[in-house]
Amino acid sequence: MSGVGEIARAVAAKEASAESGVRAALDAIGARDGELNAFLQVFDEHAIEQANILDARLAAGEDVGPLAGVPIAVKDNICTREGRTTCASRMLEGYRSPYDATAVTRLERAGAVIVGKTNLDEFAMGSSCEHSAFGPTRNPHDTGRVPGGSSGGSAAAVAAGMVPAALGSDTGGSVRQPASLCGVVGLKPTYGRVSRYGLVAFASSLDQIGVLAGTVADAAAVLEVIAGRDERDLTSVTRDDADFAGEIGRGAAGLTFGVPAIARHPSVHPETARVFAEMVEKVRAAGARVVEIELPHAEHGVAAYYIVAPAEASSNLARFDGVRYGRRADIGAGGTLDELYTRSRSEGFGHEVQRRIMLGTHVLSSGYHDAYYVNALRVRRRIKEDFDGVFASGVDAVLTPTCPSPAFRIGEKAGDPLALYLEDLFTVGANLAGVPAVSVPAGMAHVEGRELPVGVQLVGRAFGERALLGAASVVEGVV
Amino acid sequence: MADELTSADVRKVARLARLAVSEADAERYRVELAAVLGYIERLREVDVSGVEPMAHVAGETNRLRADEPGPTLANEVLMGMAPASEGAFVKVPKVLGDGGGA
Repeated sequence: MSGVGEIARAVAAKEASAESGVRAALDAIGARDGELNAFLQVFDEHAIEQANILDARLAAGEDVGPLAGVPIAVKDNICTREGRTTCASRMLEGYRSPYDATAVTRLERAGAVIVGKTNLDEFAMGSSCEHSAFGPTRNPHDTGRVPGGSSGGSAAAVAAGMVPAALGSDTGGSVRQPASLCGVVGLKPTYGRVSRYGLVAFASSLDQIGVLAGTVADAAAVLEVIAGRDERDLTSVTRDDADFAGEIGRGAAGLTFGVPAIARHPSVHPETARVFAEMVEKVRAAGARVVEIELPHAEHGVAAYYIVAPAEASSNLARFDGVRYGRRADIGAGGTLDELYTRSRSEGFGHEVQRRIMLGTHVLSSGYHDAYYVNALRVRRRIKEDFDGVFASGVDAVLTPTCPSPAFRIGEKAGDPLALYLEDLFTVGANLAGVPAVSVPAGMAHVEGRELPVGVQLVGRAFGERALLGAASVVEGVV
Repeated sequence: MADELTSADVRKVARLARLAVSEADAERYRVELAAVLGYIERLREVDVSGVEPMAHVAGETNRLRADEPGPTLANEVLMGMAPASEGAFVKVPKVLGDGGGA
């Protein structure tokens, strides 16, 4: 599959039709998705129709936008009027959204064609895609392994060459970690950069729509289209600092990367550590400065995150009550409203989601609220101040592995939620602090006779995506 | 606090969250939640005296938009999403008298 820029240029120049690009994507999905299960739905007919409309408009001499004919996949917790929006949950198995998410509307207005909805951990809660009610997605590099999560379907779809780019959502690493495990680029923009209207809420102070793509330039091209203020999400903002690709291809000279001590955490797999160390040497050799930095509270990020995120989730997911939409349990005649709520929720939510709702309810409950929740919010401010200090000292990007290890085997971490939560060690900080971060493929780990991708993460200043993607292109260039 | 988590605590939390949890599930959740809560205990090591809690990173506060009518979703579209309805109403079990408790 060609990249975003290549397809859009060829379609706009009428060297290739939008239909041919969309058909190529649908053929690639058809050929491999039986094995990978990256897609929960494929919009075959609808996508071809949309492509035909674009081709007709192009033939009439219209400019159809910067993503002309680019096939894009959308994570199934982002609302589309076409098809269903299930969040990979029994709760929303038959849910049809009456509106499109703003990010989807903006993609279509820019000429992109949505080809289907991708698999995820239920309600975006997980790091492996194993917690989907509709079966796990498999990693294209080794189908016995997870693609990461929760945007595992989107990452696998890009890695397998089914689409050049996909939307994901990132609450604690859900775009970056699967990007790392599948060997693609995964960008979590600054909190507020992209409208979350139509993204099913998980933890509202952390959620952000992000992009998975084959290259840094392709991720920038998609961000360019979906970014900006939307009256329907009052946390979204427009800043006069677009042109996200403006520094891509810059040299390493003048760049300062900061490496915190946590990058060498004992939980890091030796192969991940090797790939990371080699990449650091390469950017140094290319002319960048690499300095040791302090992020004193980085080790406490996961603990703070697993209070804040479940607390917000327990509140957000209270809306699923079996009354207005979604699954409704059959409680028979004479059942009470309370039974309707309780049975609908227990039947609709999977184990991981129920556990997080209970964890969130517990940390917010009377007697625990201050000790857990308010304390976590204080630590959260410390974490943000750590980043502020590092960037104020002249560091352009904080460099760590994206996650502690390459893709693990399906089932390997089942039944041990804490082990799975520690996957988020390097990624939660950017969500807690609201800053942008990107995972870039850095090399391959040799594990049990397989070659598995390893990503590095760059964290940048709030609303500093242009500089961040410029730095990411330096990493991309030396690998 | 994590050490003290009992299956009665789990049932209480499940009840607050409107989740039905069987005896066997309650024990499984107790073990899993205790492990996570045990890990979370490490936050107590951090000196946060004098630190203001930060619930949200955005510096902006409430914004008002002009109070102008705009497009809305049709009533029948929204009603069509309800799993049970009768006429113009979403249908729920009896909430008054002995049908309540929610």
